[in-house]
Amino acid sequence: MTEHPIPTRMGDGALVFLTPAEIEAAIRDGVAAAVKRAKVEPLTEDEIAHLLDIFSSRSRFSAVDIGDEVTLSYDGCGSQDIGTRVNDLQYYEQYLCADSVELYHHDYSYKPAKAVLGLEQTTMRQAQFLLTAPCGYGAMPDLGLYTVPDGPIANWAQLLPMGKIAESRAAQEEAVELAVDDIVLVAASMAEAGADFIDLDTAGAAGDADFLAALQAIERIRARFPDLGIQIGMASEFVLGMHGELEYDGVRLAGLWPREQMKLAAKAGVTIFGPAINVNTGKSVAWNVARTITIVKQCCEEATVPVHLNGGMGVGGVPMHILPPGDAASRASRSAVDILRLDGL
Amino acid sequence: MQITRGMRLKQAKEHVAQKLGVSLMDLSDPVVMLDVRKERGLGSFTEAGEILYIDDPVGLEAKFHIAELLGIPINSVERFKAMTGGRG
Repeated sequence: MTEHPIPTRMGDGALVFLTPAEIEAAIRDGVAAAVKRAKVEPLTEDEIAHLLDIFSSRSRFSAVDIGDEVTLSYDGCGSQDIGTRVNDLQYYEQYLCADSVELYHHDYSYKPAKAVLGLEQTTMRQAQFLLTAPCGYGAMPDLGLYTVPDGPIANWAQLLPMGKIAESRAAQEEAVELAVDDIVLVAASMAEAGADFIDLDTAGAAGDADFLAALQAIERIRARFPDLGIQIGMASEFVLGMHGELEYDGVRLAGLWPREQMKLAAKAGVTIFGPAINVNTGKSVAWNVARTITIVKQCCEEATVPVHLNGGMGVGGVPMHILPPGDAASRASRSAVDILRLDGL
Repeated sequence: MQITRGMRLKQAKEHVAQKLGVSLMDLSDPVVMLDVRKERGLGSFTEAGEILYIDDPVGLEAKFHIAELLGIPINSVERFKAMTGGRG
């Protein structure tokens, strides 16, 4: 029997035509890549068959069954190009049906947010009067901003190539202390302005010290605000060991995958954990989705807090393109919800 | 329920359905939920004159009702209570 090619996508968003047999091979290859890299269990044959079913469809859009909907949270809401930032939040609530919205500053890091804190607080207060959906404040720990030339601390990206390992580690440890203070200051100030939750987004972007700063900040925020929502979104699938020896609660942070990341984040006090799995632009979306789901499955099964998989440009199987095609984004989202039983995206 | 209580989705849906007195499937039905939201004052699309009327709570007003109905502390609501509590 002749197999008709199915229109599908590559990880960079390009439209390609693959036969069902080629799609199945890509799915199996993606699962195998995850098993090899993240040391996790493979998907079952039923789960692989379900992915093949989703990706063998020629439909424009794919969706979960009625009744299986999940909540949709968003990092920084709106383009900040139309109306005001409060308007952005209203659009997300009223027209995009966001289940939670997030006020953000264009620089999207806690350090620069600190410098405009009064403006951020006032905007949050105004927003809260108009919104019904939970409205939080989000930014990145962004440890790199504390190094020269942007900050006061020696730059470990310059020290490491010179072989100055001890100096590099000391600089990262110093940066953690400054970042934690800034994150806690901004979080507390925004909570006082009415924020319903705080989002530490792209945590771990600068490696294990970055993740440690996020965890320590979460611990302090939780101690001060027992009922405040705290969401963490990871920067990538595993924690880079830029320092290599940092620990939290006796666990070495370098090299952690989502399952272990989730456990530490929950221990620190988050109420929502967001794993981020990178997209390989040279592979198909089916391959990337299969790899993503395989890596995150155990994390979701063992989670003690809600898991909102990061699903957007370049993560969670969604193509790395400035305008991710709806056919690919919907297939990636549906696949993850169906198989992982996610709490949200 | 996820944000303030860290409750996973399955339990959160069951909790909300029980508090609202609706089925789990009703939560996924916008036709049913529009009436439920209006009856309970939980907020809706703010299309004035067609969906929303003068007696329907919006914004933070609706959030007060959500906090009360679900029995959860919502930070924006708690802050507003603290700011206005000593007046009148």
